[in-house]
Amino acid sequence: MDAVQALVANIQGLSSAGDISHLHVVLKQAPDSLYAESTRLLPVLDQLDPSKHSLGYLYILEACTSGSISKEQGSALVLPIATFINSCDTEQIRLAPDKFLSVCKRFKDQVMVLEEPLRGVAPMLTAIRKIQTSSEHLTSLHPEFLLLCLLSKCYKAGLSILGDDIFEVDQPRDLFLYCYYGGMICIGQKRFQKALELLHNVVTAPMTVINAIAVEAYKKYILASLIHHGQFSTSLPKYASSVAQRNLKNFCQPYIELANSYSTGKIEELETCVQKYKEKFENDNNLGLVKQVISSMYKRNIQRLTQTYLTLSLQDIANSVQLNSAKEAEMHVLQMIQDGEIFATINQKDGMVRFLEDPEQYKTCQMIEHIDSSIQRIMALSRKLTAMDENISSDALFLGKVGRERQRFDFDDFDTVPQKFNI
Amino acid sequence: MEGDDETSGPMIDDEIYANGVGGDDEKRSRPIISSEQLDVEAYASLYSGRTKIMRLIFIANKSKSNQAMELEALRMAYDEIKKGENTQLFRDVVQMIGGRLGPDYAMDLAWCEMVDRRADQKKEKLENELNAYRTNLIKESIRMGYNDFGDFYYAHGQLGDAFKNYVRTRDYCTTAKHIVHMCMSSILVSIEMSQFAHVSSYVSKAEQSPEALDPVTVAKLRCAAGLAHLEAKKYKLAARKFLETGHELGNHYNEVIAPQDVATYGGLCALASFDRMELKAYILSFLGLFFPLLFLMISCLENKVIDNLNFRNFLELVPEVRELINDFYSSHYASCLDYLGNLKANLLLDIHLHDHLETLYGQIRHKALIQYTHPFVSVDLHMMASAFKTDVSGLEKELEALITDNQVQARIDSHNKILYARHADQRNATFQRVLQTGDEFDRDVKSMLLRVNLIKHEYNLKGSRKS
Repeated sequence: MDAVQALVANIQGLSSAGDISHLHVVLKQAPDSLYAESTRLLPVLDQLDPSKHSLGYLYILEACTSGSISKEQGSALVLPIATFINSCDTEQIRLAPDKFLSVCKRFKDQVMVLEEPLRGVAPMLTAIRKIQTSSEHLTSLHPEFLLLCLLSKCYKAGLSILGDDIFEVDQPRDLFLYCYYGGMICIGQKRFQKALELLHNVVTAPMTVINAIAVEAYKKYILASLIHHGQFSTSLPKYASSVAQRNLKNFCQPYIELANSYSTGKIEELETCVQKYKEKFENDNNLGLVKQVISSMYKRNIQRLTQTYLTLSLQDIANSVQLNSAKEAEMHVLQMIQDGEIFATINQKDGMVRFLEDPEQYKTCQMIEHIDSSIQRIMALSRKLTAMDENISSDALFLGKVGRERQRFDFDDFDTVPQKFNI
Repeated sequence: MEGDDETSGPMIDDEIYANGVGGDDEKRSRPIISSEQLDVEAYASLYSGRTKIMRLIFIANKSKSNQAMELEALRMAYDEIKKGENTQLFRDVVQMIGGRLGPDYAMDLAWCEMVDRRADQKKEKLENELNAYRTNLIKESIRMGYNDFGDFYYAHGQLGDAFKNYVRTRDYCTTAKHIVHMCMSSILVSIEMSQFAHVSSYVSKAEQSPEALDPVTVAKLRCAAGLAHLEAKKYKLAARKFLETGHELGNHYNEVIAPQDVATYGGLCALASFDRMELKAYILSFLGLFFPLLFLMISCLENKVIDNLNFRNFLELVPEVRELINDFYSSHYASCLDYLGNLKANLLLDIHLHDHLETLYGQIRHKALIQYTHPFVSVDLHMMASAFKTDVSGLEKELEALITDNQVQARIDSHNKILYARHADQRNATFQRVLQTGDEFDRDVKSMLLRVNLIKHEYNLKGSRKS
């Protein structure tokens, strides 16, 4: 008991004195046995203030959560952890990021055990903001947070961190999961462009062995691409890892077939294909997306008509896109006009649809602003690219590797030179 | 050469006269492809040698529904084979006739045996001779020996062996003339075997000959190359080759192709694949020479007219094709398509063209549609449909396909049945493309930076493990 009390006194004393680094050393040196008594440590927390004694609080909290905890204990812990995350001091916790991450993960587990993922969303978002060094940094909390968002259907909250561009990654697995969950959230919000971008990152990420996340992401990538672009090219870009290029397709045969039947542009073929693999899609939890693929086919066909026709009767539209009635065609056209996918007017008197050109003239102030902001963005990106290039070309490890290869090459060159010149 | 000119000269003159006055006069004795049913006898008279038999058999196979024509073709094939020594082909034809032509055209076993026996004797003789030459190592004689063997096998229908022997002569060729001879024999056999890859390679080999070739040979080579391109579905190249074929060809190559065929193949391929300028330059110029008025018009349009004297001569042999090209150029599409429709039945009986006819016809029709719409801002679909002898809904479907393929820049007003030309707004399109490209660049660079970092990460991981 004394040891614990002494530790608490140390924490309180050193924290208020502002000697955090010394406290860190003390905490690290404290015997493991001290932290092993997790049950006795919990009441100690009441003596500490999470905003002032953040580091000490963190160590003790970590000790409390590291062992196996019963459900009741877990639910008791959720609240203090949440308050701690909300009020802790950023500088102090960054001294022990590992501890912080593990506490947050335990927190997420507990919330999951309690089946109340919504409770974890806000604290996790705060935790991410506190622990990440910059908005480009992907912590291992990102995927955990997105998972909670998905489970609690708080897609909007998820989007707030998906807007950041990620460049720094600690663990590849984090990235895979982050992009996969992120893709699902974006699909849920019908932001297919962003979803495609995220899923594309998973599929093309460097990998030496195929993994389940990439396979699932590829399936969703195919479907999202069909919905958004109306087409899908089965060949991956050259920069994708050779493992992905070789193997991904074999795991997603039904989806590839779906894409092929989509490209014929015939609704019946698509539907027979869907029927054929219905069970498979259902098992993959992708049936909803597959249904969206089917309805996107109608849209695509109507859009194609706008390229060829100026006016067309609703009946003709229904015939050419294989809808049952003119009424149904009208609903589709109406919906598409509302969504801004086509520009048209419906004349209900004669049952004619008049397709118009895109009214955007690129003359408005907003458009100029938009273009200007795009230019700024690209310029910033290009600066970043240059910086990165310089960074890598002066990287010791990189140079070492390149240097080694160069040497070997030179040696070979050297060897072929006749002996007598080799003085 | 002289004799040919005398026989064909007056006929051409008559034809010109007939066309100049009456235009669509009765085609009289003009043998091949016309709108009427194919005159098999006249058709066959254009060819000689093995191709004549093969073409007749081909016609017989294709016209099973028309028994009179089938039997006529088979009867002539029978007669023709009897003149030669190919017993295998003889047996096939007799089987195809199946006794339908009476006792005169039944199996003639005695003849077969006699021919076979003679063939065996001849083969033995040739073998002995060749062996003698080879022991004496006289190059020229060995070449002759192999060449005789090739001729022998060719006459007996063993094309593979014939080809092998012709090719073998190559090692013993001493002059450029020999090489050209070897090439011509190989080309002939390859065409019979439908090995058109060989044809093009031997054509180019012959054309590389250091000595200047005589015009007839050049014309033959052009025809062979044209055929090879046609079979490879390279219609534009085929058209060029046929158009380059010299009029010296005459009837010298009728063991492969008749001059009428050159006109038909060349004309159709050119229509299907040339653009308007090329058509004018290559083909129409010579029409002008025959129709002074038209010539005046064309030369007003274009100062420098390439004088395609060569092809003119060929085209005059097949007035239908000439008319149809003329119609196509002067935008009388209905009559042009009429001609095409009339020709179709007979062209389907052509041994080389039948496979490609649908594609060529499709392309010609598409081009006609595109050309028709090109100069207008708006087109009344009813008028266009009547110009193409079709109904409006069918025309709409065709146009839709062409617009989707981006071959016609227009949009259809299906309510008022009018086609409006569509002029792409360059400015808007550019803005759109710029923004899109920017976004794509943005996305690509970001994901690239991310990948770079991932690779670096893994690299660092390995590095730290090592140290």
